[in-house]
Amino acid sequence: MRTIDVSVITQNIKEMCIEANHFLSEDMEKALKLATKEENAPLGRQILEQLQKNMKIAGEDMIPICQDTGMAVIFMEIGQEVHFEGGALADAINEGVRQGYIEGYLRKSVVKDPIYRENTKDNTPAVIYYEMTLGDKVKITVAPKGFGSENMSRVFMLKPSDGIEGVKNAILTAVKEAGPNACPPMVVGVGIGGTFEKCALLAKKALTRSVNERSEIPYVRELEEEMLLKINESGIGPGGLGGSTTALAVNVNTYPTHIAGLPVAINICCHVNRHAIRVV
Amino acid sequence: MEMSTIMERHIKVPLSNEEALTLQSGDYVYLTGTIYTARDAAHKRMYEALSNGEALPIDMGNNVIYYMGPSPAREGRPIGSAGPTTSSRMDKYAPALLDLGLKGMIGKGKRSQEVRDAIIRNGAVYFAAVGGAGALLSRSIIASEVIAYDDLGTEAIRRLEIKEFPVIVVIDAQGNNLYETAIEEYKKD
Ligand code: SF4
Repeated sequence: MRTIDVSVITQNIKEMCIEANHFLSEDMEKALKLATKEENAPLGRQILEQLQKNMKIAGEDMIPICQDTGMAVIFMEIGQEVHFEGGALADAINEGVRQGYIEGYLRKSVVKDPIYRENTKDNTPAVIYYEMTLGDKVKITVAPKGFGSENMSRVFMLKPSDGIEGVKNAILTAVKEAGPNACPPMVVGVGIGGTFEKCALLAKKALTRSVNERSEIPYVRELEEEMLLKINESGIGPGGLGGSTTALAVNVNTYPTHIAGLPVAINICCHVNRHAIRVV
Repeated sequence: MEMSTIMERHIKVPLSNEEALTLQSGDYVYLTGTIYTARDAAHKRMYEALSNGEALPIDMGNNVIYYMGPSPAREGRPIGSAGPTTSSRMDKYAPALLDLGLKGMIGKGKRSQEVRDAIIRNGAVYFAAVGGAGALLSRSIIASEVIAYDDLGTEAIRRLEIKEFPVIVVIDAQGNNLYETAIEEYKKD
């Protein structure tokens, strides 16, 4: 049994909120650089160059990469030998978000009620998912999610007979509808299987995977590669202003499902695909 | 087919009626002068003010509205990260503002047919700024002041002084739409 004081979690979450909003992971940076080289539209290339310059300025001047610093989505993978003390874990996580968003000059974009819409002024609460794992470590993933792209995400409850073609259609439909609204080049997270909410969660989690890492399941890997090609043939391009770079990656996660169903979720993310990961 | 050159223009804002008519879908434009920010909540309030027959906090005539809610400014800086938000959420409100003389809108993403019609009717322009380039765009903003709806925080109306602020003409006064024409030009199926 390992005891962790929840203040350690608060401190880490605070730092990670700031880090994620100013620095993209290395795989994202590399993917953008490569795309700039390969883009064939002059305006598209110019936009991709601006995005790289933007990232440089963000890191150097400590200005968030994007003004929409997102709603904080947090995955806690907790080893079952860990014991927390010093208060409620959820409170400690939200306290980290509060401190990070206030001290890090991040935008407060969360409203208390979806209908009455009063800003909570500290970007809390976060959306938190807990998962139990083996061992005595805690893996924290902080993924601030912007809503320009979140709003273009979709869940389709397909029929088993729709099969893989139905899944492909669903993905292309969501991406084409998203178009310029989702700040392309996008990263496309896809969840297939599970239940209504499980496939959405799979899709969200797929966005936290490296854009260079393909699925280990052969047909899923093929699907990821084929969809990326197809999406980049759509012509949408950087900023939706035409070109060959519409997405940087398609990450697909799957899960067993019911005999009667084929749920598919497409979680669209922009090029500001943020996630900070730490193991405590 | 590849567009060989990008047409670059340097334009003053507020935007004159004549200049607005010369802007073409696809032009790369650097804006210098004064613009105003307003996004969801500010639009809702302005719309309610109009419905109640009240005056708007800013005069629409020849002005340009930027759909943007910045992140907080650090000490010594005029503004934080300051890129565009998705314009379609303002579609419900935009035609009424265009009919009052609004000349330009800066945002990102598709517009409704009603907005496009109002752009043509009023000789206005819809510009896109690059989404997700808020740190870079903040460098073209030299001053920022909240002038209305302070209680809305990031969604308050701000007056911005901008210098060589980079935007692209998406929908011009003739109704040409770069989002549609560019996709046609570059799609492969
Ligand atoms: S979709 Fe992404 S890049 Fe675009 S404004 Fe939102 S967070 Fe920023």
